[in-house]
Amino acid sequence: MSDEKYETIDHKDPGGILAPLKNLQFFGRKPVTEPLEPRPASANYRGFHLNDWEACVGCSTCQKVCDNAAITMVEVPGLPEDPAKGIRNLRPAIDYGRCCWCALCVDLCPTGSISLSREYVHTCTDPELDSYFMLPDSNGIHGVAYDKGWAKHDESDMVSHDRTRMAEMAPEARVGSFAEIVAGYDANQAIIEASRCVQCGMCHDACPTHMHAPEYIRALWRGDAEEAVREIYRTNPFAHTCGRVCTHRCEIACSVGHRGEPIAIRWLKRYAMDAVSPERVKQIAAEDKQTSPSGKKIAIIGAGPAGLTAAFDLAKASHEVKVFEAMGAAGGMTRYGIPYYRLPADKLDDDVAVIQSVGVDIQYNTRVGSDISMDQLRDEYDAVVIAVGLWIGRSTRVKGSDADGVYRAVNLLRQIADGNRIPVPRRAVIIGGGNVAMDISRTLARLQKQKHGKVAITLTALEDLDHFLADPEEIKEAGEEGVEILDARGPQEVLKDSRGRATGLRTLKVSSIFDEKGRFAPKYDETDEIVHEGDMIVEAIGQSADVNLLGEALTEELEWVRGRLSVDDNLRTSVDWLWAAGDMVRGPDVVSAVADGHKVAASINEHLSIREKAA
Amino acid sequence: MRPENYEAQRQPPSHEYELNIGPNHPGIEGNYAFKLRLHGDRVIEGRADAGYLHRGFEKLMEGRLWIQNLAITPRICVPDPVPMEVSYCLAVEDLCGLEVPKRAQYLRVLQLELSRLASHLFTFGGHAATTGMYSPSFWGVADRDLILDLFEELCGGRVYHIYNIPGGVRRDAPAGWIERVSDTVDYLETRLPDYDNLLFKNQVFVKRARDIGIISQEQALDWAVTGPNLRATGLAFDVRRDDPYLVYDELDFDIPTEHAGDAWARALVRRKELFESIKIVRQVLAKLTDIHGPIRCPIPNPLAWNVPAGSTFTRVESSKGELSWYVVSNGGERPYRTHVRGPSQMHAVQVLERLAVGARIEDVAQIMFSLDACPPEVDR
Repeated sequence: MSDEKYETIDHKDPGGILAPLKNLQFFGRKPVTEPLEPRPASANYRGFHLNDWEACVGCSTCQKVCDNAAITMVEVPGLPEDPAKGIRNLRPAIDYGRCCWCALCVDLCPTGSISLSREYVHTCTDPELDSYFMLPDSNGIHGVAYDKGWAKHDESDMVSHDRTRMAEMAPEARVGSFAEIVAGYDANQAIIEASRCVQCGMCHDACPTHMHAPEYIRALWRGDAEEAVREIYRTNPFAHTCGRVCTHRCEIACSVGHRGEPIAIRWLKRYAMDAVSPERVKQIAAEDKQTSPSGKKIAIIGAGPAGLTAAFDLAKASHEVKVFEAMGAAGGMTRYGIPYYRLPADKLDDDVAVIQSVGVDIQYNTRVGSDISMDQLRDEYDAVVIAVGLWIGRSTRVKGSDADGVYRAVNLLRQIADGNRIPVPRRAVIIGGGNVAMDISRTLARLQKQKHGKVAITLTALEDLDHFLADPEEIKEAGEEGVEILDARGPQEVLKDSRGRATGLRTLKVSSIFDEKGRFAPKYDETDEIVHEGDMIVEAIGQSADVNLLGEALTEELEWVRGRLSVDDNLRTSVDWLWAAGDMVRGPDVVSAVADGHKVAASINEHLSIREKAA
Repeated sequence: MRPENYEAQRQPPSHEYELNIGPNHPGIEGNYAFKLRLHGDRVIEGRADAGYLHRGFEKLMEGRLWIQNLAITPRICVPDPVPMEVSYCLAVEDLCGLEVPKRAQYLRVLQLELSRLASHLFTFGGHAATTGMYSPSFWGVADRDLILDLFEELCGGRVYHIYNIPGGVRRDAPAGWIERVSDTVDYLETRLPDYDNLLFKNQVFVKRARDIGIISQEQALDWAVTGPNLRATGLAFDVRRDDPYLVYDELDFDIPTEHAGDAWARALVRRKELFESIKIVRQVLAKLTDIHGPIRCPIPNPLAWNVPAGSTFTRVESSKGELSWYVVSNGGERPYRTHVRGPSQMHAVQVLERLAVGARIEDVAQIMFSLDACPPEVDR
């Protein structure tokens, strides 16, 4: 029907009585009344909720975006709970007296577990009002698995999946120097990246020291870097360090990471620290320092992350804290193990300076055991913390490993950090698949590039590539920088020339690493043999602690478990004045050491206050 | 014995009486009371008594995130929710400088016109019912349901669509939906002569509606009358044409007017607008088959979204008249202030109170419905 044909009715037209009667014809037509059988809802229908409990991680983002506060997260006993993987046993329960079926919970769900179904009938027979409060699972609220209606869809997905990119040096450029590889965020990038966060707090739960990541990310989003620094210093005085080299377990747990890239929490921390002046950081760090001296003295052995974190906390509690450090600078393995392209020394200096500014006294070049004895410490101090890390590199002890030109990775890294020259090989072979192996490979690559103009490094490891202990990005970047990575190869023999100098490494293909009982017992394929040529062989297969400082009597008195110092949940040893923390009692990473430092400090504080009350 | 200061209590003259219409009654699409003082069958005074649907939307919105307010907006006017959603989104987009993709703009126009069709079907059915004719209201509601089916298919919600978001729409139209919209408007068009026969050519209705509730053009402008009620006084003003938004300037449609300004003229304008809306829908459907691409522009994470500080005023033409939003942001995650200036408040309070005076009691409900006011929007 066109415009012209549509009849106009004049306002003056009086109408008639016959026209309405024309519609009597409808008596002869089939009625349009809906049939009584249930009508299926449309494919997009926004009916009652479905929630796939397998996919749901209990992040509570649905609860946050709910317009009407209809969603409550309830604990479901029996469901898996794993903070390290970002899984809680909470699931959303919905108050259908409040729900408005807007489906924002669906569009913002990071995992895509929640959806609305095509179910739309609920009759409440229960006089209790809370029968409208229900916990949907993948079978909905009535146990009848209706089809999905409004579910996760690329078009309506409101989760921000892509990370904000930052400037990064190209592999060719970075292998030529020890300059830091990534440039860090600028203010605008930091706000954009921070805005991706859904504030679920999985990062906080997963972090060994439970950093207030949601809070500092929020502060950065508001453009308040000082507040972010304040939140960071509540739990971590190694802020610059962790902002650069942390193993970022927060990002593994990040709920946005389930379907996209996790929030760059580590880089945001780095941005916050870089954005605030060192002097201001010191003021912020000292804000909650107690002012009246406690009169207690505490000795800490080792100025690494664990020792200095404990020192930081104890100094803020107004104890007199003295740290004994064998080396000429503080930072422990973060200084002597991590290459500058990952953690520039001046940033570590900044962290140490903040710790010193709250009243920590560090005595350098003092080796406990030789310069000062444990007995002296015990007598002069109210408590002693030992946090000496893992400084002795382990050897493969394969045939020929005593040859000239075979080194331990930690020793080489320490030499370089101390500014000493090391022999730069024309061709190097690295044994190991962890982060230390990557660090030494990439460091040698830089030195080779500087000295010989080309990189010639082969890295061999027992594990296959999927089971390397190193961070995936380290493996990727090492490969980009020219390191040849050979996985599943077991070292058999270091070959040497007539003068006893190493000339290469013979390896066999690994067919399995562990036996049926899970014990370390590598098996090899004898037919697959390679000789990797190299004038330097570096072993990077693990470290152990140097505990000679304890002395015979104390070593005898202390309890040990498989060569490691035994500690209780509060990291106190079997001797009541001695605590132990950091790598020497736990796995090697900075943030765990920081967590240990806090734990030790809290335990010592408690011990001292109990002793005071008892006195 | 009679005390000296005795005086009989003053009562209204015995021929006057008061009558409460509402809050539930056939004159309006919701709960709304109208208090009348009558002399015989003539209204001497009418007093609007609003507030039964007051939920404080504007204040609520200040406490919610920008995205969360999407669920509130359609509730401000239940029979015609799309203009509420769209105009709120236009306001946020204006503050943020977001550019809505072309396809989304067409999808929005399509929804707006479908919503107008649904609302008009509802209104003239209701108008007829106030004159004692119920068939048009049954037909109107049944045919409106076909449009609600289309909305259900598009966005999963029949009445509260919550389909528009700042930056565009939440999803593209499902497969085959365009064809079904086309079929539905074809069907609706075949229904127009039936409606004409049943209602608009019906002497009973014409006689009842003519010369009832007359608004002159001067009065209309003085009383802030907009929409079909204004166009029924002879002024061809329509925001879609006179201050175009979205893609209305790319579409061809007429602005129907009448001159008498009475209930009958208002009904005739709406009757003609049904046809104009069908015309627009057809043009949009043709465009949608050609225009592809994104249906929304990227927006920040809704949980961390600061809308830049500033204020904005947006207006659209709803089925009931000019609907505008004034939205103020202080740069925060929530609106600092929102204000809805809808057409119904004018029509249901100041206009209705004046039109009722002198009317006969049986025409009051008709006057109300012919103004097509929406109580939840009056109360907000």
